[in-house]
Amino acid sequence: MLHQLTASELSEKLHAKEVSAREVTQAFLDRIATEDQHYNAFLTVDAEYALAQADVAQSQLDSGTAGALTGIPVALKDNMSTTGVRTTCASKILDNYVPPFDATVVTKLKEAGATIVGKTNLDEFAMGTTNENSAYGAVHNPWDTERAPGGSSGGSAVAVSAELSALSLGSDTGGSIRFPASLCGIVGFKPTYGRVSRYGLVAFASSLDQIGPFGKSVEDAALLAHVISGYDNLDSTSLKDSQIQINDLKSGSLKGLKIGIPEELFGDEIDPQVKEVFELSVDQLVKEGAIVKHLSLPSIRYGVTTYYLIAPSEASSNLARFDGVRFGPRIESTGHVESFCATRGQLFGDEVKLRIMVGTYALSAGYYDAYYHRAQQVRGMMTEEFENAYKDLDFIISPTSPIVAPPLGGITDQMALKALDLCTIPANMGGFPSISIPCGLAYDLPVGFQLTGPIMSDERLLQASYAIEQAFGREYRRPPIL
Amino acid sequence: MNLMSISLDEVRHVAKLARLELSESELMSFQGKLNALLGHFEDIQAVDVTGRLPKPHAVAMQNVFGQDIPIQPLSRDAALANSADTKAGLFIVPTIIEE
Repeated sequence: MLHQLTASELSEKLHAKEVSAREVTQAFLDRIATEDQHYNAFLTVDAEYALAQADVAQSQLDSGTAGALTGIPVALKDNMSTTGVRTTCASKILDNYVPPFDATVVTKLKEAGATIVGKTNLDEFAMGTTNENSAYGAVHNPWDTERAPGGSSGGSAVAVSAELSALSLGSDTGGSIRFPASLCGIVGFKPTYGRVSRYGLVAFASSLDQIGPFGKSVEDAALLAHVISGYDNLDSTSLKDSQIQINDLKSGSLKGLKIGIPEELFGDEIDPQVKEVFELSVDQLVKEGAIVKHLSLPSIRYGVTTYYLIAPSEASSNLARFDGVRFGPRIESTGHVESFCATRGQLFGDEVKLRIMVGTYALSAGYYDAYYHRAQQVRGMMTEEFENAYKDLDFIISPTSPIVAPPLGGITDQMALKALDLCTIPANMGGFPSISIPCGLAYDLPVGFQLTGPIMSDERLLQASYAIEQAFGREYRRPPIL
Repeated sequence: MNLMSISLDEVRHVAKLARLELSESELMSFQGKLNALLGHFEDIQAVDVTGRLPKPHAVAMQNVFGQDIPIQPLSRDAALANSADTKAGLFIVPTIIEE
């Protein structure tokens, strides 16, 4: 069955002409049509759009100009702009928005001959940890459809995990790629900030947002990272010479690899069974020659607070553009300001309104220094602690998530939900590349192993991740429902 | 300084700054949620940040200038296509100045 293959296996079949690009794309479109009713992973599927790209891919394959992703189905989180295809950010305020331009990642995917099969569900404007904040309903985890897939890129994680797409893209502001990858048992990678253009990604927190891939394997994620990365003059935070190179992906070794476990990411917050699976994974790496060091990075304790001040502050500014004038529906009222207020008040969801309120408060006169400015100072401290640690270590490791997939609606305390970002936030604060790799099961649900490296170490990080995946020695685990 | 207690009037003021129309029951709900969050956020008040520079961005960059090369902009029709109300090639906004 085509959908069971990894992207790299599919690519081999396409290049060997064992299967056509149209057949591959149609196979995934058919699966979405019959299976997505169980998951609610897709918000928009445009078969005609996808099949037209498949035909372009086939001509590339036939003319010998095809690359590794030619003809491979990719699903996009619905906060990435696609010309002519509705882009909602899972918000009623963009319910009817059809972008007039492509995000740079979309342009790159099209050039590479990938086929975009659809736009995936997310927490509204990427604000959430479990993907229960979508205006179009929660996403369901294929490992147990009564459980959350993790957020905010839950739809993209489920698209790959439930084999509705071979690959997908998410965006990661405080863990929104790695966290759902962990809960859905797949690989999710957040590259170094600046290596993937944010042009056309609807902005949430601009200093933290980064686009990255989901795949069933490290190799799949690396193939997609290679295609979407590189300098882009349309994003002023884009880094020069930043395309992620993957030629040496498989030549890494764990022998002598120095990895550190911060005690702050291994305390009581971590579920005991998650901890046990993680410890067994670490033992595996030690057997293969990795050197493990325990250390303390004290500022991590303030990560959640720092993140939930900085990200909402930036969001309160970024989301000011949604006023019902240039895009989205408009709620008429007594005057122009009243109309903006009514449109925003009625069409943003509760979590988005709460975060805009937090950000507005943290930036307001009298509170700026105590909250926003101070949070930025702590952000600097945390980054410095990591950079110092990297002088003696190759990577920092931890569980990706403190828990396995929670039941939908199971966590009602908003601070408890936000605290789940504990392990993933530091990488966004420092702009570090970070990946989640499946490392086993606890309570019959996936556990993720997170590896974070210094700025621009993406190549080494992927190489080590590939070696780690081999050391874990496990076949890719499909959700039992499949 | 106790920063954590935010009054209903302050919530109303913040909502106004944020251009969010909220009902009385929403204002009260947000007051509770904001106070709960701000209570948790108190932890960073204890951090010694003396002499620390703020870090506003993940990767420090300066003076990013583009080349001054004309490019084809979006067409007027494309730029207007998503608006709730347009007329004669312009966005129509709610009335600002009464007759």
